[in-house]
Amino acid sequence: MAPITMNHVTKVYGDGYPAVNDVSLDIADGEFMILVGPSGCGKSTLLRMIVGLEDISSGDMLIGGERVNEKAPRDRNLSMVFQNYALYPHLTVYENIAFPLRLKGVSDEEIKRRVEEAATTLELTEHLQRKPSQLSGGQRQRVAMGRAIVRQASAFLFDEPLSNLDAKLRGQMRTEILRLQRRLDTTTVYVTHDQTEAMTLGDRVAVMRKGVLQQVASPRELYEQPLNLFVAGFIGSPPMNFLPAAIENNQVKLPFLSYPLPREVAAQIGSSDLLIAGIRPEHFADSSLVDENKRDRGITFEVKVDVTEWLGSQQYAYVPFEAPDEITRHLAELQQELDSEHMRTQMIVSLDPASRIRDGAKSELWLDPSRVHLFDPRTGKNLTREMTIAAQAAAAPAPAAPAPAAPAPAAPAPAAAAPAGAGSASTSAAGASATGGPAEPPAAPDGSVRAT
Amino acid sequence: MTSTATAAPPKQRRQRTISIGGAILIVIYTMLPIVWILSLSLKSPGDLTNKKFLPSHWTLGNYRTVFKTSLFTDALRNSIGISLIATVIGVVVATFAAYAIARLDFPGKRAILSLALAIAIFPQVALLGSLFSMWRAVKLYDTWPGLIIPYVSFTLPLSIWVLSAFFREIPWEMEQAAQVDGATAWQAFTKAIVPLAAPGVFTTAIIAFFAAWQDFAFAITLTSTNRARTVPAALAFFTGASQFQQPTTAIAAGAIVVTVPIIILVLVFQRRIVAGLTAGAVKG
Repeated sequence: MAPITMNHVTKVYGDGYPAVNDVSLDIADGEFMILVGPSGCGKSTLLRMIVGLEDISSGDMLIGGERVNEKAPRDRNLSMVFQNYALYPHLTVYENIAFPLRLKGVSDEEIKRRVEEAATTLELTEHLQRKPSQLSGGQRQRVAMGRAIVRQASAFLFDEPLSNLDAKLRGQMRTEILRLQRRLDTTTVYVTHDQTEAMTLGDRVAVMRKGVLQQVASPRELYEQPLNLFVAGFIGSPPMNFLPAAIENNQVKLPFLSYPLPREVAAQIGSSDLLIAGIRPEHFADSSLVDENKRDRGITFEVKVDVTEWLGSQQYAYVPFEAPDEITRHLAELQQELDSEHMRTQMIVSLDPASRIRDGAKSELWLDPSRVHLFDPRTGKNLTREMTIAAQAAAAPAPAAPAPAAPAPAAPAPAAAAPAGAGSASTSAAGASATGGPAEPPAAPDGSVRAT
Repeated sequence: MTSTATAAPPKQRRQRTISIGGAILIVIYTMLPIVWILSLSLKSPGDLTNKKFLPSHWTLGNYRTVFKTSLFTDALRNSIGISLIATVIGVVVATFAAYAIARLDFPGKRAILSLALAIAIFPQVALLGSLFSMWRAVKLYDTWPGLIIPYVSFTLPLSIWVLSAFFREIPWEMEQAAQVDGATAWQAFTKAIVPLAAPGVFTTAIIAFFAAWQDFAFAITLTSTNRARTVPAALAFFTGASQFQQPTTAIAAGAIVVTVPIIILVLVFQRRIVAGLTAGAVKG
């Protein structure tokens, strides 16, 4: 039970490539911290630096306030679950779990007591005398966890512990790990590339990219207020849609619609006239199903739906669009970094399963422009993040009067044809009221969900 | 169902017949000399020319003769002692060397491996003359160490190659897990890696033992008396029970006696050699 602190930790390999680049991270005592990112982002290297299996090129690693850079793994009192479990095949389950205690020279009765306690917790009691080769994948995984919890380690480290299990078992073990962590209340660092694990397990999630820490925040904050294009694209499934956003006459022109440019963004972009708009699939809606008193806050527009996928609880529609080369290039690069293939520029829309929108049909969709994130294509910076935070803070005192929203609709609704004369004052007012008004029902009870 | 069942067999049956026939041929080819020696060892010396494959009268007399001859018993003692010592030294050194080669990145690693390979393919006969002179000069001629040293040197390269292949198969995580669990590098090696590499160690030990056990060239060149002469060399000096008879049957008995330990050794360790002990170490 100890906090882990990293100050400007860097790992440079022999060829000069920084696998972990200037990472500073505070992990509080008892916190469940997730390190997530696409393969090769340095998350596993960082974990191995914490446990001492990789040298630290520069920076300080502190466990429980004590600098451990030069300490051998065995002196750091951490326990780790490896991706392939690394059980000792020549030893029984009992001896596997007892291994760390035997090395410490704990008495036989004490070993027996603690191993049996760990085995009970993990429901391994009946397998104690078997060899790892006789166990199923899930049981082996539990033995690896047993070996980790049997001694009072300062922290648990998990290196993609569930990636070798099948989908169903993974879900069960995920819950099991969370329950165990909550019960033992031990600082935990968990590396994964699976965002479901990242979102469900973590008190906080650290997103990494090419060795650089991108954003550390609660899962909710990552999802709703991504700091940059990379985090926005990485978190969320199906992923956030990225559309080219041309800035003309204080209007944001997306492939299918346009709306007034928020003033906060206008101040930041300078002369650039091409941005990337990020829209979560679920922020679209079938306009025929949008609630009447909500409809006015958004814009309706017509698209041609290419393919729909109906999954029972959800429905996805795919809408292809054309994008300028510059944006396509940026997006292709981003996709490559996110371990996926850039196939075509298309928009994924998550619809109510009751929606009657079908393949190949011209359909009317609805979107609240205040939910659109705007990114600078060169830096990847989220230009609308401050606004989102402000909006959510405003939405926090939940049941604000819905009535004052009345003047606002006038501006956003006919936004596509907004008269130039309206000027920046009115557009910003529109933007402000759209965001400042009561958030739509699903997002209402938000605001202060910082888990730690 | 029935149509395919009747359509397939002729071809399959022919293939089966061919493969079984081939297997029988190979077994006969390899077993014939051994069975012949066995049969010879059970013939009485006078029965040698009976022009039959099997003895006219079965007798264990040759074995009695062999074990009464001090030339043979001393040689057996020398063989066992020298082979065992050479094996133990070779395997221990090879284990450390192979572990270092498999796990550590040090300058000259490739050079060591290439050198080992070069020694392994070096024609041993070319060394006999010089070793003979050298050993006489340094008083190693006709001693146990005089044979142990060349045996260790010539089995080491192969042992290192075999063992480093085994160590490379063992996932890195095994040591790392042990180290995180609180083991020193030495404990991680002895408690996690060596037990896992046991099949490799046994395989290597048997290869090394064979090499020393069956060597003739060094044994005949570097020894002159019963002090260090091993069985393969001793068999050449065999005279049998009587000087007036061909010692062939006695030599055959001696050959069988030295073959038996090898067969037992292989049978005992066969399971350990074959067993994939690493099964279950990592994800299934």
